[in-house]
Amino acid sequence: MTLLFHELRKNRISLLIWTAAITFMLGVTIVIFPEMAGQMGEMENMFAEMGAFTEAFGMDRINFGEFIGYFGIECGNVLGMGGAFFAAVVGITALSSEESHNTAEFLLSHPISRAKIVGLKLLSVILQIVILNLIVIGIVVLLTAVIIDNPPFKTMLLIFLAYFILQLQIAFICFGASAFIKSNAIGLGIGVGFMLYMTNILSNITDDLKPLKYLTPFAYTDSADIITNNHLTYKYLFVGIAFAVIGVALAFIKYTKKDIA
Amino acid sequence: MTAIKTENLTKYYGKSRGIIDLSLTVEDGDFFGFIGPNGAGKSTTIRTLLGFINSNGGTAEVLGLNVKENKTEILKNVGYLPADASFYKGMKVKEILKLSSNLRGLDCSEEAKILCERLDLDVNKKIEELSLGNRKKVGIVCALQHKPQLYILDEPTSGLDPLIQHEFYTILQERNNEGATIFLSSHILSEVARYCKNAAIIRDGKLLACDSVSNLSHSDVKRVTLKGATEIPQNDNIRDLKTENGITSFLYNGKSNALIRELVNLHFEDLTITDPELSEVFMHYYRKDGEQ
Repeated sequence: MTLLFHELRKNRISLLIWTAAITFMLGVTIVIFPEMAGQMGEMENMFAEMGAFTEAFGMDRINFGEFIGYFGIECGNVLGMGGAFFAAVVGITALSSEESHNTAEFLLSHPISRAKIVGLKLLSVILQIVILNLIVIGIVVLLTAVIIDNPPFKTMLLIFLAYFILQLQIAFICFGASAFIKSNAIGLGIGVGFMLYMTNILSNITDDLKPLKYLTPFAYTDSADIITNNHLTYKYLFVGIAFAVIGVALAFIKYTKKDIA
Repeated sequence: MTAIKTENLTKYYGKSRGIIDLSLTVEDGDFFGFIGPNGAGKSTTIRTLLGFINSNGGTAEVLGLNVKENKTEILKNVGYLPADASFYKGMKVKEILKLSSNLRGLDCSEEAKILCERLDLDVNKKIEELSLGNRKKVGIVCALQHKPQLYILDEPTSGLDPLIQHEFYTILQERNNEGATIFLSSHILSEVARYCKNAAIIRDGKLLACDSVSNLSHSDVKRVTLKGATEIPQNDNIRDLKTENGITSFLYNGKSNALIRELVNLHFEDLTITDPELSEVFMHYYRKDGEQ
């Protein structure tokens, strides 16, 4: 467990900053909703006339004037992108940072197997994502309860669950990539997160690109689908879980055998 | 039991040579020097022994255990000091030492305290505030604080001032006297000559010689010095020929009677033939074939 606590300690500042930033941004969107709601009529008309971009963000299928519609879109922007970037960075640096910071020799010169190192680092990644989500969800739910009348907690929690799974999936895929990388990979992690986000937006614009939805976890976090169907889109979710499992398996296979620089 | 045993150990990095057919034995309780210039394969050998990299061929055993199958068991009884000791930024020295002992599941605080005092290491400083030498000291304490059976030290004194170097070797000698095995790589031949019982010389990934330091220093190579010589000897076995202020000096690696016959024909005032320093033996082995 020493390594697990060490990992959490090492990443505590980064976790604090990402958590504070996401909580603050999402909290602000909740706080300003009552004021925004009054102006939603005009804004909805404007959003409805944005053509492909209206579809890209799913605004053609949900009512932006209602709290849950507004929350779904904003949550996708803030927790969706912010959480994805955080998960990607945490995942992709978990194993690679030992080599990029030249600390791999120090760690591996201790009597701890590589499989255990991979397992504990993975557990650390999961715990960081859990901590971030618990804080974000806790504060946002509290603010919603205070500010919004009859808050739709069930649907909100379903949206939060979708983004939690998304973060785990992205973190696991990046964790797998991390085993192959020796250099600083933060940029690559953020790039992967952004690419997956954009893939979903592009696949919303045209039917020709719909198959791309299987490649991105943002497909099953689409708040328009969740609000409409009241469940996640399982076909995308299961493919996403498969990608996550492959990522973790690759991490174990590669890291236990690789030459450490 | 042998502390380290390799047989035909080979490692390539892609097409680049690491080590080739390296067969080496270090007995338990030895104080062993592993000598070679940069890129010779010293660190590759060490990193293979510790399981950081995988060999392409041959076998390696540490403390009687195969390194591929028993990495964790081996590392319990090994203290390793890398050539370039790097640690987690933002941590204090005492936190690094505690982390190292915790990763071993041990409490090494008392031994760490003694070592830090002897090496004059401030445990309250952060890693990024330390000089190269002080970072090296942190590495030394991490390698020594759990009192392992075997110490594998990669260029251990680089960056240390002479006083600390002396104290470090004193500690190593104490550990060696208590029965531990010391295996260190170095460029500094005077260190190896002074402290090591046995040594091996590696060049271009291949082991060139492995013997007691005493035997290596008294090899067939002789340092010949002529005073007032008017001619320079012509012989294929002569190397490192230097003439300065009337003194001609060279290394001779051949049959003694052939040298004597050569010298008889020369005019000179004085002659000395001595065993070369270990550094000269090293240079002898390190001459590229074309230069010999």
